[in-house]
Amino acid sequence: MNDIWTMMWKESKDLLFQGGWKALIRPVLLIGIMGIYLPLQFGLQWLALPLIELFVILWIPFFVIISFIGDAIAGERERHTLETLLASRISDRAILLGKVVVTVGYAWGLALGGLLLGLVLVNLFRGNGGGWMFYHPFDLFLEALALILVTCILGASAGVLVSLRTSTVRQAQQILSIGTVVLVFGGISALQALPAKFVASLTYAQFLLLVLAVFAVLDVILLGGSLVSFRRSRLIVS
Amino acid sequence: MPEPLIHAEHLSRFFGTVKAVDDLSLEVPAGIVFGFLGPNGAGKTTTIHLLLGLLDPTKGQARVLGFDTRTQAEAIRAQSGALLEFAGLYERMSAQDNLDLYGRIYRMPAPARRARIKELLTHLDLWDRRRDQVGTWSRGMKQKLAVARALLHHPPLVFLDEPTAGFDPIAAAALREDLASLVAREGVTVFLNTHNLSEAEKLCAQVGVIRQGKLVTVGAPDDLRARTGGPQAEVVGSGFTEQMLATLRERPEVAHAEVHNSHLLIELRGEGKMGPCVRLLVHAGAEVEEVRRGKASLEDVFLTLMEEEQR
Repeated sequence: MNDIWTMMWKESKDLLFQGGWKALIRPVLLIGIMGIYLPLQFGLQWLALPLIELFVILWIPFFVIISFIGDAIAGERERHTLETLLASRISDRAILLGKVVVTVGYAWGLALGGLLLGLVLVNLFRGNGGGWMFYHPFDLFLEALALILVTCILGASAGVLVSLRTSTVRQAQQILSIGTVVLVFGGISALQALPAKFVASLTYAQFLLLVLAVFAVLDVILLGGSLVSFRRSRLIVS
Repeated sequence: MPEPLIHAEHLSRFFGTVKAVDDLSLEVPAGIVFGFLGPNGAGKTTTIHLLLGLLDPTKGQARVLGFDTRTQAEAIRAQSGALLEFAGLYERMSAQDNLDLYGRIYRMPAPARRARIKELLTHLDLWDRRRDQVGTWSRGMKQKLAVARALLHHPPLVFLDEPTAGFDPIAAAALREDLASLVAREGVTVFLNTHNLSEAEKLCAQVGVIRQGKLVTVGAPDDLRARTGGPQAEVVGSGFTEQMLATLRERPEVAHAEVHNSHLLIELRGEGKMGPCVRLLVHAGAEVEEVRRGKASLEDVFLTLMEEEQR
């Protein structure tokens, strides 16, 4: 566990918050879009978490993940820091999980920050008095948070798997971009392949739960695959 | 007799048909700087990777610090330091954070880590620049920082892979000096990969020469000189003729003689007395201004070994 913390410390210093105060521009901009611009467009409806809102709130952190995670292994290789890291005592698992946890935490934190800021803003601009309103139903809000988390883990674990096998960050990002397109259209095709009666019978919450379950299974497969693929001897030769 | 820190037996690593390391047997005792010499692509870096357990050998085995490289690689990496082919520094992080990261990796407690970072950076004259992003530093400073990182957790064994490669002579000499003073102060055993022969000559108590994956020879630089070449003499003067050289080469104490840049270079056999040779030269009409005695340099030894292997 100590080693995972060490890697998380390093990743946050090296990747996310390098460059002093300028590093804050990116998260502030993204939270601004998710927490100010979009809620003001949606108004009160924002708190009901409609599908289109959820799609945007899923897409932005996922996009952040795939633009950062390609750097995980391929970036270290490109900057010639991987070999030294591999020659140290830190475990394979700690290197990999440290990178995944920080990137997922960062992207998920952005989405959470956006949702909370949006909540405050919508309530402030509601203007017709009454009590404080929260996202409703509350279960749906929790499902949305879980869905954002599994989507981020999906992006991160797929990203690490790709990053392990590519020699440059650019190559990793290109593959991940294509993978995202395949994922979106593959998901739509899979939904269309489901019996229409079955899909119609699902409530919104049940539908989200189904997506969450599918993504969770994919997370386990991809993260497991990354852990198995992370072999020092293979990385040192590549 | 204490167990050697590195003990390799018939160690081999093949990549397809390429034999990167071939049947390497080697022992490195504790407390010395061991120079591993060889031309580019000879298998030096692969040997370090094998000894650190980063690669599994195709054949043979090695024990480093008493641990098997195949099954106890983690223990080897925990107790050794490494400066590999590249400095491997995080350029967007400060120098202090780079060292702090590796201090954390090696589980040094925070106060000990802070004290050690200060000690090393002060010793290497880098303390005042500790908060700079490493990317803004010169190559020499970065390499010094990488040396500090390799020594940070007081490892008994350090692997250095061509630490002065690509440096200008002044920067290389400065780094070598820092390296020598640190190594002497810390009392660590160093496995130094280099193709810089003067570096090996200045730093190493023992050297091994590798060529095309095979260990050609191993021993103290003086022993290697004795094995591959006797004493030498350089005669400064003029009037050295071919006939003179032919007569000189027939003498029993002369192994080889040639004129190079108007200097007569003589390789001697046995005790290598120069008196008879000088008499012969003067008698034959050469004008001798100066006679310098010397030993073969490690470079001569290295080149001789490479030539012998090629034959």
